[in-house]
Order: sequence, then structure tokens, then C-alpha cells
Amino acid sequence: MGSTFAEKLLARAAGEGVTQAGQIVDAYPNLIMSHAASWRCIRTLEKLGTDKLFDPDRIAMVMDHNSPAYSAKTAGDQKLCREFAASHGIKKFYDVDAGIAHVVLIEEGHVRPGMLLIGTDSHSTIYGALGVAGTGVGFSEVTATWVCGYLWMMVPESIKVVIEGPLSHGVYAKDVMLKLIGELTADGATYCSVEFHGSYVEGLSVSERMTLCNLAMEVGAKFAYVPPDEVTREYLERCGVARDAYEEIFPDSDARYVREVHIDGETLVPQVACPDTVDNVKSIEDVAGTPVNQVFIGSCTNAKYEDLVEAASILRGRHVAPGVRLIVTPASKQVLRRAIDSGVMSVLLDSGALVTNPGCGACAGDGGVMADGEVTLSTANRNFRGRMGSYDSEIYLASPVVAAATAVRGVIADPRDFIALPEGSIA
Amino acid sequence: MIGGICTKFGDGVNTDVIMPGRYLVSIDPVELAEHVFEPLGPEVQARVRNSPVIVAGFNFGCGSAREQAASGLVGAGVVAVVAKSFARTFFRNAINTGLLAITQADASDAAADGVEVFVDLVNAVVVVGDSTYPFPAYPESLIEIIRAGGLIPYVSQKLSDGGVA
Repeated sequence: MGSTFAEKLLARAAGEGVTQAGQIVDAYPNLIMSHAASWRCIRTLEKLGTDKLFDPDRIAMVMDHNSPAYSAKTAGDQKLCREFAASHGIKKFYDVDAGIAHVVLIEEGHVRPGMLLIGTDSHSTIYGALGVAGTGVGFSEVTATWVCGYLWMMVPESIKVVIEGPLSHGVYAKDVMLKLIGELTADGATYCSVEFHGSYVEGLSVSERMTLCNLAMEVGAKFAYVPPDEVTREYLERCGVARDAYEEIFPDSDARYVREVHIDGETLVPQVACPDTVDNVKSIEDVAGTPVNQVFIGSCTNAKYEDLVEAASILRGRHVAPGVRLIVTPASKQVLRRAIDSGVMSVLLDSGALVTNPGCGACAGDGGVMADGEVTLSTANRNFRGRMGSYDSEIYLASPVVAAATAVRGVIADPRDFIALPEGSIA
Repeated sequence: MIGGICTKFGDGVNTDVIMPGRYLVSIDPVELAEHVFEPLGPEVQARVRNSPVIVAGFNFGCGSAREQAASGLVGAGVVAVVAKSFARTFFRNAINTGLLAITQADASDAAADGVEVFVDLVNAVVVVGDSTYPFPAYPESLIEIIRAGGLIPYVSQKLSDGGVA
């Protein structure tokens, strides 16, 4: 019997010939990411009484949450990270200007197929977009791995998700994942590695692959994975990664999966996750008309350049509804620069959007929070109670085009209504 | 055996409810404990503070990888969570902060709010009233981490013993 992606990758990361689901191994991550939690790792390291790091080149720090600092405490935490990185030879340090860790590390070419990556962020599954095993851990675990170089890992079972495409107009990777999360539920893939296959995935943009893998966390996945292909290689080249700088890993055709799920992309319609759980998913027609106070286009899920382009395609020549706040937070500085250069940013500003600095922003409740009784439609990945302000506020999750259509109408709206309208008309 | 009075929750208790993101500026379990379950209101918070065990349904601790969801519970005096299942990030964070996370569905069903629940790690059983519920024993490596009081004390001990491998 063949091996899954996870079994092969953990065999490599643990220096074992083969591994099987259920086995516990000591695995050596190629990259150890910490974001705003970096200061917690540094303080925890002090408790260990050592500052001898296993390999500073395997450590990456990105100041993405709470950036720029909003309090003296946060500023102090960031200062600690800055100074620690400088004094400990951590070259992969990205300051408050860079953007969201996941997107920045991918854009900077630090993430390559075949790697094992751990991060202080649950959405570290996103790295599967490049054929990487990425997973979230707590800050103590990152600290221990800084020093030891390895951590224990159980080789996970794998689930195969086969998505047949193409998707119909107005439907995106976000909708595919919300549909999957609704069907599998929030613990449908707990401890599992989720592999994406099928005609939809073949040739899909890296941006949309990132959305698929990012949201795999919301079914409880340990890893997510899209098989690397020519799209991956070309993308990596643009990020400055040579083709001989990595080794791709593919599952065997006779690998064992605990479950296989099929999604028919062609019949899929836009999906919305309703308060207060990500698996409370409904089709757009069941929630259309729900009034909102705020729309947020941001997060590691859906604030990449391609996401802003899609949102702008609806916002072009239109205006945000009176009394509604549209907040756009580009995922990274590179995304922001591209959006400025291409004119997408002007479209967003002309529509009435408030554009913030790159980073996690409102997704993590850093600015853009809600008052009691308010409602936000967000392109992010979580809608838990109180995540964006008041414990009495509500969050709906959807794609960037649903977000744009909703901002224009002031109520949750079907983007397909807009796509049919002539260019430049006022809705 | 460790344990005591339990507070019972349902399915899908997420990290943002256990420890809201706005309090992640702290890593002190005692400070964090003030805010454990804050979105559910002061009554639930008071109950949790007086119960060393939490009993829950499926997917306890789903959501964020924030370690403070586990360490905040430790700060509030919780010593064990018995649930039908755990999100993997919470499970790891629990072990790493010295909090027992035991998967035992029948014990979860058997335990009502306010009853006494005990966990015997050596014999790998949960005790609810007169009934015992076995669970698959932790691997020895995890028991060592728990015994040390969490991952950092465990690694610290290893380092002072002269090796991490």
C-alpha cells in the first residue's frame, strides 16, 4: 500500500524511512514561524535559562497582529522581538510594515514544497498551497522547538477532497471551503491531513489554493495540501525560488484515505457562514437581505491581490451604502503596492472604503471592532462570538465578491446580481 | 487521582469564548484567569473558578492556536478537561501547559453539571460517581511532560540534565 502526503513528509522530517498514520515521531520543522506571539516565545525562552537556538535560519518572525502598536505594552513587546532578532541572528524578521505572516513568508520565498512548517497560528495550514505541511502550535511549543529543533508529532490520517470544476461565475475557493466546512462540520477533519485533488485544483491560482488550505483549519485539519504543479513552480520562481531549491512530495496513487469527499464545483452557489460558528453555512439566497453595519475585506484567507481585484470588479463605479463601513486591509505590503500600481486601490477608495495598513487588522479585533448589536460581513475565517468587538455583535463570513456586493447594498447580497449588470451602472 | 466538581459545557466550545483575543497581551495564567469564559458572563465564570474539572462535548477548544486558552484555565484552577473530542491545537496546548485533556465520550455523557469527576492518569480511567470509564493511556512521552508540569519545565529539566535529545 502506498503513502499519503503526510506519511511521506513526516518520514522525511523525522529522518525515518517510512511512517504510518498513528505513529508518533520526532519531526524537525524546516521553518518555525511566530507572529505577534513572538514576544511570548522570547519571554518563555528566558524561563528555560538558555538562548542557544538550534538554527536561527529556521526561525521567522512577522509582526502582523496589533500592528502598528496601539499601546505602550504592545510597542514594548514588538521592541523586544526586534532586538531579539537582531541579537540572535534571525534574518527572517519582518516588522510592522510587512503584513500577515503567512502571506509575507510565502511572497518572500521562504516557503517551499516539501517543507514541514510550524507556526503560532492555527491557520498555518495555508502553506499546503505550495505542497508544504504547515500546522499551528502554541508559543511554548515554538520556544521549545527553537531550542531543541524538533517536536513530537503524530502522523495523521488523511482525507481526500476531490473538487471537480470549473466553478460557475461568482463562485470562488471560499465558497468551495464554506460548503465543505458546512458538510464536514468544524471537527470533520480533526487531526487529519486534508489533500485537495480534482480538476478544479489542477491549474488553480496559488491565491485560491491559499484560501482552500487556510480554511482547512476550520474542519480541524492538521495539514492541508495541494499537489505542486507548474502553477506552483512558476509562482515560486516569481518569489525568487529556483526550481532546484526544493523537492516536491506527492501521495501515491494507492495511498490510504480514511474518507473521500467529492464536491461538484459547477453546481455550487455562493456560500455564507452565519453566526457564531464557521460550520453554520447557508447558501446566499437563504441569508440575502440581512442588514449589515460593516463589511471587512481582509485576513490571510481573502485579502490577497486577486481577492482585492475581485472585490473591485463589483465596487468599480459604485458606492458603499449609506451608514455602512467598508474596511479593506490588504494582506501584505506587496499586495498593497500591486493594488496601488494597478489602480485597484483607487477603485476601492472611490467606492468609499476605509483602507488600513497591511496586517491582521479587524479579523483579530485590532481596530474595526463592533458596537453592541452590530453585524459585520467579513472575508476572514472565523465568526466566533466577540471576535470583532462586542460580545453582542455578529459576524458572517463570505467571499470578497459577496463582501463587495453586500457593502454596496447594505444588506447581504448575491454578487451574481452585480456581475450581470452593465459595467459602471449604479446598483 | 485529580479532579473535583465539574462545570459542564456542550459541543464546539471555541478558543475565543474560553479566552478572548483582546487578553492575549498577557501570558500570566493568574491574570488570564480573570477573563476565562468572559463572553459567557460572570455566572459561568464564577462556576468555572470553583470547579477543577471541565466536562464538554465534541471539539473542545476549536479555533485559534492561542496557548492562553489552556493556560488561562490552569490559572483559574482547572486541572482537567474531559471531552468527547478536542481540537488538536488545544490538545497540544493543554499537555504543554500541564492541563489534562482526556477524551472519554461516555464519561462526558455521565457527568452532570456540578458532580465530582476524577481522572486517574496512571490507570487511565475517568471516575464519575461510582462508575469508571477507561481511556487510551497517554504515550509515556506525554505523561513525562504532564508530570513535569508542562513542556517548558520538561525541556528545562532535560537541559539541566545535559541534553535535549
